[in-house]
Amino acid sequence: MARMKFLCDSKRCIECNGCVTACKNENDVEWGIQRRRVVTINDGEPGETSISVACMHCSDAPCMAVCPTDCFYQTDDGIVLHNKDLCIGCGYCLYACPFGAPQFPSDAAFGERGKMDKCTFCAGGPEEDNSPEEKAKYGANRIAEGKLPMCAEMCSTKALLAGDANEVSDIFRERVIYRGHNDGAWSMSEEELAYDATQQKV
Amino acid sequence: MLRFKLPPLFLLLAALLFSNLAMATPSDAKVAGFAGADYWNVVKQGDQGSTQAQGQEAGQLINVAGEEWRLWRNQWVTPAGAYAIGGTLAILAIFYLIVGQKKLDAPRSGELIERWKRLDRANHWTVAILFIILAVSGLSLLYGKFFLRDVLGDSLWANYIMLCKLAHNYLGPLFVLGLLFMIVRWMKHNIFNGTDIVWFLKGGGIVGKAHPSAGYMNGGEKIWFWLLTIVGLVVCASGLVMDFQNFGQDRETMQIANLLHGVGSLILIVGSFGHIYIGTLGTEGALEGMKTGYVDETWAKQHHDLWYEEVKNGNDKSSS
Repeated sequence: MARMKFLCDSKRCIECNGCVTACKNENDVEWGIQRRRVVTINDGEPGETSISVACMHCSDAPCMAVCPTDCFYQTDDGIVLHNKDLCIGCGYCLYACPFGAPQFPSDAAFGERGKMDKCTFCAGGPEEDNSPEEKAKYGANRIAEGKLPMCAEMCSTKALLAGDANEVSDIFRERVIYRGHNDGAWSMSEEELAYDATQQKV
Repeated sequence: MLRFKLPPLFLLLAALLFSNLAMATPSDAKVAGFAGADYWNVVKQGDQGSTQAQGQEAGQLINVAGEEWRLWRNQWVTPAGAYAIGGTLAILAIFYLIVGQKKLDAPRSGELIERWKRLDRANHWTVAILFIILAVSGLSLLYGKFFLRDVLGDSLWANYIMLCKLAHNYLGPLFVLGLLFMIVRWMKHNIFNGTDIVWFLKGGGIVGKAHPSAGYMNGGEKIWFWLLTIVGLVVCASGLVMDFQNFGQDRETMQIANLLHGVGSLILIVGSFGHIYIGTLGTEGALEGMKTGYVDETWAKQHHDLWYEEVKNGNDKSSS
């Protein structure tokens, strides 16, 4: 079985926010909620790096572990989804999530947050696939149609990759090799910056 | 020859030294420049970047504190609370079976003494009922998912747990008000004094025939009062922090508040078991005082002899 993952190649992301827009549009995400965001570290300075981040569909998801209503479930593909009918909007998933993925439509006193919303890997929710109810609550279900998440599909530089973890890491590994990094684009050192032009892709 | 060899050697040394310094000092620039492991370590420590997203803490890529909170909550507070609650209930049950109820030594005299004013009782029962609602809803939020979802089925479970959250969030602030009123109103009865030391040394007379002296409040009641005051205020404060998230508390504040709230509440719940046991099943005649406001003279003489004498001598300080 495939294990679905996102990966953002920080050497390719150009902070165009295309993924953010694609997600918003494809899923008709509620006003005030942004399932995906692009964060730029050292903006305008040497070493500027941008990364697109949303729910990372953790294998051992902290949100699932702390949810008081047990509203989360993981599909066979490793996608972390939740049931909005069970969600009480306590905010615990947000406290536990390292990526700030869970979002809430409201922020009123007495803990009135509304139902949590987050990236579904374009896989909808517990309702029947592509039913109007599923669409209204969770947005698109592209996975049921055999398609990958809209954000990654729309990425102009193919920085954001989505799909089976093995495929995604194969693509990334290949990029790393032919870009001339010994250590992967995630941890470059001074010496590895040199690009070895003799090593042509075959 | 030696004279010519020395300067290059010195230069080499200096160059080595300099290169070492150069590697160590401007590390910050290098961290930023090459996006290496150090760079990502800084990000992991919660460094904020810039983003078009407008949500709270949107600029933070990674917050590792959440995992720590998860471990504390799920692997320490949750099981420890379950053991504490189960253990206390078991101890009380065994105690009741072996020692049984503390009976009145003498038959009731029929003469009644006023112990609690109407306002005291209203205050006590308001706080008590709110405490029970908050305890049941809070325990459901912490432990319900382990069995209640299977028992109730998804539809009922969803409604029940939503009700728990609403009750907890809206009644919690009322509990705070009730508790504050109680603390202010009853503090004067609960200052520890020499009588309490003797009372504690004799174990409160819980087992056996001993009846250590006590004033209006005995040592055990005073401990419960101060537990409610100190731990209760921590629970109230942390609860308000979580209830009014609209002021924009960050995730780490919420994590700490949640742990303090959970640990404090579990301590109070365990304490309340003892309080409820002693006030109902455990002591004959104890509940009457809080129910009707009046206690029998026999009960007063047996459990609060110093207060009884004060009342009889007409200088009862408690009712002032």
